[in-house]
Amino acid sequence: MDSFMADLEGLYQEVILDHSRRPRNFHSMQDADRHADGYNPLCGDRFTVYLKMQDDRIADISFEGTGCAISTASASILTEILKGKTRAQAEALFDKFHDLVTGKTHAEGETPALGKLAAFSGVCEFPVRVKCATLVWHTLRSALNGEKKTASTE
Amino acid sequence: MATTHESILAPARESLAHTFDVRRIREDFPGLKQKVHDKPLVYLDNAATSQKPQKVIDAVVRYYTEDCANVHRGVHLLSERASYVYENTRRKVQKFLNASDLREIVYVRGTTEAINLVAQTFGKRNVQAGDEVLITGLEHHSNIVPWQMLCEEKEARLQVAPINDRGELILEEFEKLLSDRTRLVAVAHVSNALGTINPVRQIVQMAHALNVPVLVDGAQAVPHMKVDVQELGCDFYAFSGHKVFGPTGIGVLYGKFELLDAMPPYQGGGDMISSVSFERTLYNVVPYKFEAGTPDVAGVYGLEAALDYVKKVGLGNIVSYEHALLSYATEAIQQIPGVQILGTAREKAGVLSFILEGVHPHDVGTILDHEGIAVRTGHHCAQPVMERFGVPATVRASLALYNTKQEINSLAAGIQRVKTVLG
Repeated sequence: MDSFMADLEGLYQEVILDHSRRPRNFHSMQDADRHADGYNPLCGDRFTVYLKMQDDRIADISFEGTGCAISTASASILTEILKGKTRAQAEALFDKFHDLVTGKTHAEGETPALGKLAAFSGVCEFPVRVKCATLVWHTLRSALNGEKKTASTE
Repeated sequence: MATTHESILAPARESLAHTFDVRRIREDFPGLKQKVHDKPLVYLDNAATSQKPQKVIDAVVRYYTEDCANVHRGVHLLSERASYVYENTRRKVQKFLNASDLREIVYVRGTTEAINLVAQTFGKRNVQAGDEVLITGLEHHSNIVPWQMLCEEKEARLQVAPINDRGELILEEFEKLLSDRTRLVAVAHVSNALGTINPVRQIVQMAHALNVPVLVDGAQAVPHMKVDVQELGCDFYAFSGHKVFGPTGIGVLYGKFELLDAMPPYQGGGDMISSVSFERTLYNVVPYKFEAGTPDVAGVYGLEAALDYVKKVGLGNIVSYEHALLSYATEAIQQIPGVQILGTAREKAGVLSFILEGVHPHDVGTILDHEGIAVRTGHHCAQPVMERFGVPATVRASLALYNTKQEINSLAAGIQRVKTVLG
């Protein structure tokens, strides 16, 4: 396999393709107690994240919107992984995830903590795609903080 | 020592090439010779900016190495040389656009600044509460937002003439929106997102019938067609140097002399005055009234070389070559299953905007980039156009005179590769 395909397959790993084609928790939430919109003005990706909190814990989470394979898969996996997590755990995961996609850490060392998020390790080879991977995380943070304005990658 | 005369004589000396040889053209552009991701660069993002011929790069270097001086200020030789090129290029721009008067050519940073200049001077003076500015549904953000800002400030209304499913302006609707409240019409000559060529002459005739002046955003037109402002009849015409093989940071506003002369200045500063005291400042004459501060002299050197280059190749040659290439590309891309081309206007230039079923344009762009193919993905600073077609984004391949059929074949193969990777 040439390096071209290796790089691309590193980006579009099977788990990412799977989640982009069949996003999980992909619906609005009527009884959400908070939600936030995220927008990447560069490519037009737009997501809404819905949360139902139980004290400090994410009891339920869903999303809807449109985006590329990377941003959609990132949103889908985020909702899967954060259900039941506390706010502090979510923030800690975002930090780890951010380090991973910006190439500050490598997936191998962090796999246990990152779980499926490790699939995004290939993103660091594509600097312009980092914002795709992190858009939904910024949106989640706005939702957790109860911010009214649209989260933006810019 | 190179003198400014050399660049003036160069096109004549090399004689006009009547035959168009794309391989020779490509030799003129050093940027095209590189590889990206170990693949030969296929540069199809010309609507964003064009690559530069060596002569343009050399001209900029020549200014900084030999003629580096301010213009209109020094009595010394370097300033004289720089001022000569600066003003001689204005003459070349005048010829390029076929403006009737040299004073109708104003240097600006680019199309965006040209439009803002008109909005902030002509607009502020002539648009009042209850008035209207009329644009089209094809416009780039730079021909929307300055008018929105003006209308908001003046409590005026921005009217938008709709486009049809082919991405063409619906002229009848446009005409209906023209009224005695319309103070200005602002239209793209060529749409950056779809490539549609607007019928500017007809638009101007309709507007002028009601004494409404017309501004034309020519950013996407000048690299692809002969522009004659007198034939078009428009009142303002704006373009950017960097889209027509010149440097970034330099552009042109053409305006009819009587309009420019009646307009207040844009920015205050040096060069735009004839005398200054703390009590009173007398403004300089057109066009200097609009050129406050030290201009982008190096940019003007580059622009001169760019216009010389276009002249040498011949706009007629460019038009016919690109027309054939766009037909070839349209044919090659639309036969790929799952591809839908957006913008199928009968009069089109330079742009192929498309979506691939089930794949987001951003993912298409990443994979094409890894094949060495540079395209633009996104909304192309024309979000209302995207909304009209119900898509958040498209992939845009935009052509220039140096692109080849082989490169189109690479694009088609790249799209197939996208389907393999993401299919």
